[in-house]
Amino acid sequence: MADKGTAASLVTGNALAGDNYLNHTKGLRSWLFTLDHKRIGVMYLVSILASFLLGGIFALLMRTSLLSPTKHIVSADTYNQMFTLHGAIMIFLFIIPGIPAALGNIVLPLMLGAKDVAFPRLNLASYYCWVAGAIFSLLSIVLGAVDTGWTFYTPYSTTTNTSVVAMTFGALILGFSSIFTGLNFIVTIHKLRPKGMGWFRMPLFVWGLYGTAIIQVLATPVLGITLLLLIVERTLGVGIFDPALGGDPVLYQHFFWFYSHPAVYIMILPAMGVISETVSVFSRKHIFGYKAIAFSSIAIAAISFLVWGHHMFVSGQSNLAGMIFSFLTFLVAIPSAIKVFNWVATMYKGAIRLDTPMLYVMSFLFLFGIGGLTGLFLGSLAVDVHLHDTYFVVAHFHYVMFGGTVIAFLGGLHYWWPKFTGRMYDEAWGRIAAVLVFVGFNATFFSQFVMGSKGMPRRYYNYLPEYQIYHQISTIGSFVMGIGFIIIAVYLIRSLIAGKPAPANPWGGATLEWQTTSPPPHDNFALSPEAGDPYDLEAFRWDAAVGGYVKKSDAAVAVG
Amino acid sequence: MSLTTRLLDLLAGGVQSNPDGGFWMPEAASTGAPAVDNLFHFILWLSVFFFALIVGLMVLFVVRYRRRAGREEPEPSPNHNVALEVTWTVIPLLLVFVIFVWGFKVFLDLNTPPANSYEVLVTGQKWKWLFTYPNGHVDENLHVPIDTPIRLVMTSEDVIHSFYVPAFRIKRDVVPGRYAKAWFRATKVGEYQVFCAEYCGTGHSDMGTHVVVHEPGGFERWMTEVADFLNKLPPAEAGERLFKARGCAQCHTVDGGASVGPTLKGVFGHAVTLADGKSVTADEDYVRESILEPQAKVVAGFQPVMPTYKGKLKDQEITAIAEYMKTLK
Repeated sequence: MADKGTAASLVTGNALAGDNYLNHTKGLRSWLFTLDHKRIGVMYLVSILASFLLGGIFALLMRTSLLSPTKHIVSADTYNQMFTLHGAIMIFLFIIPGIPAALGNIVLPLMLGAKDVAFPRLNLASYYCWVAGAIFSLLSIVLGAVDTGWTFYTPYSTTTNTSVVAMTFGALILGFSSIFTGLNFIVTIHKLRPKGMGWFRMPLFVWGLYGTAIIQVLATPVLGITLLLLIVERTLGVGIFDPALGGDPVLYQHFFWFYSHPAVYIMILPAMGVISETVSVFSRKHIFGYKAIAFSSIAIAAISFLVWGHHMFVSGQSNLAGMIFSFLTFLVAIPSAIKVFNWVATMYKGAIRLDTPMLYVMSFLFLFGIGGLTGLFLGSLAVDVHLHDTYFVVAHFHYVMFGGTVIAFLGGLHYWWPKFTGRMYDEAWGRIAAVLVFVGFNATFFSQFVMGSKGMPRRYYNYLPEYQIYHQISTIGSFVMGIGFIIIAVYLIRSLIAGKPAPANPWGGATLEWQTTSPPPHDNFALSPEAGDPYDLEAFRWDAAVGGYVKKSDAAVAVG
Repeated sequence: MSLTTRLLDLLAGGVQSNPDGGFWMPEAASTGAPAVDNLFHFILWLSVFFFALIVGLMVLFVVRYRRRAGREEPEPSPNHNVALEVTWTVIPLLLVFVIFVWGFKVFLDLNTPPANSYEVLVTGQKWKWLFTYPNGHVDENLHVPIDTPIRLVMTSEDVIHSFYVPAFRIKRDVVPGRYAKAWFRATKVGEYQVFCAEYCGTGHSDMGTHVVVHEPGGFERWMTEVADFLNKLPPAEAGERLFKARGCAQCHTVDGGASVGPTLKGVFGHAVTLADGKSVTADEDYVRESILEPQAKVVAGFQPVMPTYKGKLKDQEITAIAEYMKTLK
């Protein structure tokens, strides 16, 4: 690239040849001890993608084992360890840090026109907490892989002879990583907004991260305390949850879900933020109902703290408690529905570009629609009694978390990929993979709705022959999805070497990160930018000479 | 049934729950099941409507407003519309309120047993269910008469289990240290699957049994027959029945196959190597000791996980099991 010189980069806004955050300093140490939010974000990204690969391998092994009701490639105990590892890795190592700590870290300060997050050292500490937590969690595989499920329900988790302590201690440390990121983002959003960016001029991704950060800071300590109590009970024999020691196992469930239900919104809120950005940019339309979307993020964050009991409708909690939790659960559905309606309305009369990120937006609306609507079945007390702990719940959860969060994560990854790598990925392969993942996903998980409502319980290693056809469809779907992900990995890695240099603004976004070079310089912006309406997309127009979008007011200068 | 006829049924308020369960549900065999199925299908069709609306509009917009040659720029339209936004907030709010009230009402019915219910005690333990009838008989299957309200009072011996009968649409976590309660009234003669729905370890997916619903009079005949089988059957046959009914078969095979505990095939009368290296001959006394004090002489290669049956099996029953073991050559 060096031979192209700096003149080209001045026109397109590509900075690969010049000074950028990737080549600003050199050597392994300059990465390991970096305080640059973009580098920390990239390290987070690589780490969580490695976790996603590991969790995905466990998932495919399980699905393969479930092809037959009786013949297995692994033993019952190994199967139980695999679904525990799949869940724990995907939840704690991948999806919770997925969008905020990886994409959010890279993008948030850029969107705010800031040089970095408010506390760069805390940001690096968060990353190393993640690493330490991951080491402890995965150490448990060597010490005796945990077989409790990712929920660690007592008294099973206090009596099994597997290394529950290592795993839960790992999750405790991961909690600190999450709290540090949340705290950092709250302060960054309050204090580092640029001139012209009042609260209702913030990009909606920032609103999503803000709602997420509130939950991370307020809910995660409860998980930490709960897991610590579990460790105390296991190692010192203090009776808290185990009835044999005078404890109460249902208390554990209350504590656990007091964190873990809001945690579902830690996972989905930033994903909704990604969709708000991309649906607007690729429709070339101002987002519809900005304030409604922004307020619904905060409404979700608030109500999410009050619905945990819907995980316990059959646990024996009182009918009154069941009624209140069911009511609040239906209430939390409304802000999500409002967002979906706003996203669809944004597309109205747009000029819709069907690039890879937009395919993920459409995929998201389809899958999250199903995920959200099937929540109505589970929020309804009488129907939940039948569906609780069946594959229906597994399918609902994956439609929301995979069909929602992971699909939005993929959309965001493709959307911001040119910005932080300085390279374009192969668009044709991008679309093929997006379609494969969509088709494979539906085959994998829609079949699970049917077998679940027909009574197939979750976490089963053996099953009755009548459920075999659904399991087979599900397994074939998971292989299709696996192929989709291999394609994504190949073309993304290949783009790092052979990808076309990316312009500053390949999609025509109006948020501030598109106003600096791709990749951005170490300090993000040469001059502190001034913020306007983040969805004023009509201020930008396509410029063939640049290969990207330019501001209409600057266009004459850039072309000239 | 076509979609339109179903929708018409629904609008008429006359959705008949399909006793075979249809595409989504398992067979329905209790008085509670149709109530749950009706609500399930109401939510289903409501969801189908909203899903078609959202995805239909999305596809329509993508087709109509696709960026293409000659249509490079969007057309102007407002960024928000208060009337529209209030509408799409209030209508879903009203609909979910209907689902909430309906779900709560059916839930209360599912949780309120009639006063004259027949009571069966249920014990969950790794990895079997045992059912104790008012006359003291213990069985591995839940036998019940048709059209009779049955109240289950359930306890767990170890970790949390969950008693689930898909055909009755009932499920209840059985938490150690508490009594869990459930009830149902079966409407169809037959055998229905029972699952454990709360993960409980190695044998979780094999912790199944059946509810056997008898025709009128059949339950009483069955009870008279089984209640006295110890005195009526030859000891070895009675032992075989106990072996299956009391959960021995969950961990011990009789065909030489591997399991949690040692197989009992060809054990009786032969030498057994113990965990401490010693050897003992498996005679009546050894069998009796192993049942009452399982940890006293553990067979080499196995974990000391068997629970004691002290107070749970009578002497006559232990004798019958030993007699049965003699037949396993």
